[in-house]
Amino acid sequence: MKLHEYQAKEIFGSFGIPIPSGKVATSPEEAGSIARDVGKKVVVKAQVHVGGRGKAGGIKFADTPEEAREVASKILAMEIKGLPVKKVLVGECLDVEDEYYLGVIVDRKSKKPVFMVSSAGGVDIEEVARKTPEKIHKHQVDPARGLMPYEARNLAFKIMSDGKMAMKTAKVLMQLYEVFIGVDASLAEINPFVRTPDNDMIALDAKINIDDNALYRRPEIAKMRDLEAESPYETKAREMGLSYVKLDGSIGCIVNGAGLAMGTMDMVKLYGAEPANFLDIGGSSSPEKVMTAMEIILSDENVRAILFNIFGGITRCDDVATGIVEALEKMDIEVPVVVRLTGTNEDQAREILKKADVVSVSTMDDAVKEAIRLSKGGE
Amino acid sequence: MGVLVGKDTKVVVQGITGRDGRFHTLQMKEYGTNVVAGVTPGKSGQDVEGIPVFNSLEDAVARTGANTSVIYVPFFAAADAMYEACDAGIKLIVCIAEGIPTLEMVKLSGYLKERGTRLIGPNCPGIITPGEAKVGIMPGRIHMPGPAGVVSRSGTLTYEVVYQLTSRDIGQSTCIGIGGDPIIGTNFIDALEAFESDSQTEIIVLIGEIGGTDEEEAAAFVTKSVSKPVVAFVAGRTAPPGKRMGHAGAIISGGTGTAEEKVAAFEAAGIPVAGTPSEIGEIVAKTLAS
Repeated sequence: MKLHEYQAKEIFGSFGIPIPSGKVATSPEEAGSIARDVGKKVVVKAQVHVGGRGKAGGIKFADTPEEAREVASKILAMEIKGLPVKKVLVGECLDVEDEYYLGVIVDRKSKKPVFMVSSAGGVDIEEVARKTPEKIHKHQVDPARGLMPYEARNLAFKIMSDGKMAMKTAKVLMQLYEVFIGVDASLAEINPFVRTPDNDMIALDAKINIDDNALYRRPEIAKMRDLEAESPYETKAREMGLSYVKLDGSIGCIVNGAGLAMGTMDMVKLYGAEPANFLDIGGSSSPEKVMTAMEIILSDENVRAILFNIFGGITRCDDVATGIVEALEKMDIEVPVVVRLTGTNEDQAREILKKADVVSVSTMDDAVKEAIRLSKGGE
Repeated sequence: MGVLVGKDTKVVVQGITGRDGRFHTLQMKEYGTNVVAGVTPGKSGQDVEGIPVFNSLEDAVARTGANTSVIYVPFFAAADAMYEACDAGIKLIVCIAEGIPTLEMVKLSGYLKERGTRLIGPNCPGIITPGEAKVGIMPGRIHMPGPAGVVSRSGTLTYEVVYQLTSRDIGQSTCIGIGGDPIIGTNFIDALEAFESDSQTEIIVLIGEIGGTDEEEAAAFVTKSVSKPVVAFVAGRTAPPGKRMGHAGAIISGGTGTAEEKVAAFEAAGIPVAGTPSEIGEIVAKTLAS
């Protein structure tokens, strides 16, 4: 789960990391009044879950509260990469001497948290990593003891030489690690981390991604999910325990298991069509789940055929077949449905489908080809 | 033969009296797996179809000599169960649960490594050496003993591939589901190493997916240290960047972890990459025949 900048800054602030003063606003008036409270030049930043906000015009400066209101009204009317802007962060505008990058992620290879710091802050860190990898310093943390102060100091001295600044930065690195562990982040990043003319070290931007698996034990973080930033169908799928990602194609896919679901999408593409979605219906496929899955898929106007690909292990094929038949009876489904069921109780499942006149095929290849054929009107 | 589990495997089931635990215990037993004990705290003295239940792993190991544990407890209790198994001296832990926090796995990985305990999973179907032992939830009947070692990050996709192999009369030495999480106990390289030194395994099937760089590292390892033929498959060629595709580990982030990169790495290592699961069967059959 991604957090917005304003949410990440609230968390940073609560762990003691210096952040610019400011608040989030949902209306131009609110933005104006926050700017008045800040009492100096402000920056108004769109709060959307995409990178490149600045380039897209989602970050603007304002000298007065009136100007803040005006730019907020413009930004709040924007869409950035297809996402409507519903909130802006209005914050104090700081003069900047130097920009750094501080970040910590879970490194899959070493199975440890890894810090990355760089004196090349304020730009896309992935680009820095590609073009000038020598400018990024990494440090693996032993998760059993956490980040030690000496490690934080050594990291800070890799990117700056002034002792006082480095000590301030080391303190922030320690706090950043506490944030990382404290909220179960998969990424916590300050880019840029800046030095002001007064030699204050401040987190000018903030990014936190949360490990979805840990949300159950972080209820206060789970509440921060921005439902407006995702489609209602993604919300519904999540609440039903289905994994759903919308794509742009015409073949709706309902599959058990994430790997098989991806394999099915890939095969649709290979045989000349495009998948409309990723959908993993999970292990226990009750009729309710099947119906919700169909409802979600049919909400997408591009869908021209629905393809079921079920490999029954724990999942019983007859359960899924019953669900499909029930869904077809209760719902008004105009697109063709192709079902492939193999594994546990497949014979019973075929019988159930046959009685209800549902096309069923036995191999994945045939099912995908048939769904594509029917999606094009059966030619 | 086969790897990691076989005739000498003595399984203790953690969470044996739960709904899933009981169901899969019986399935494993029916397959012929030597299930010697189960653990459910507070239920010592009971039995599940003749399998004795103990309060703790320590008791179960002391009384039955169990050497492998399979965990069917819910995800929020799974980390504790893995520490318990490790502390009781179990050397191979198989964890099925999906949903364990990544940082929990980060801590646990270091702990297990220091003590020389191997973990398979989490978020996996388990491991099976056909005809000898099944430790997990995969449907036993689609497997048959034979020359193909299978290692995969996925569950049902592996069943699909195994089914393709078996229907071509190609059996399997061992099938290892290593799991779909970002932090897992056993990775592709561990499995490749095991298959390379297993006399039954003649060919290795590697089923990867988007996310991370485990496939790229596996490709490099094959070039350096694997003499047996390897066939690969990568799921997620159509996956968009930045979106988690079901598995917590299946996400293209910051432009890395794409299927294209993985396919290119395999091809550069001279490893044929199948376009579909059925093509895996074709390539394996052809390679074995030549």
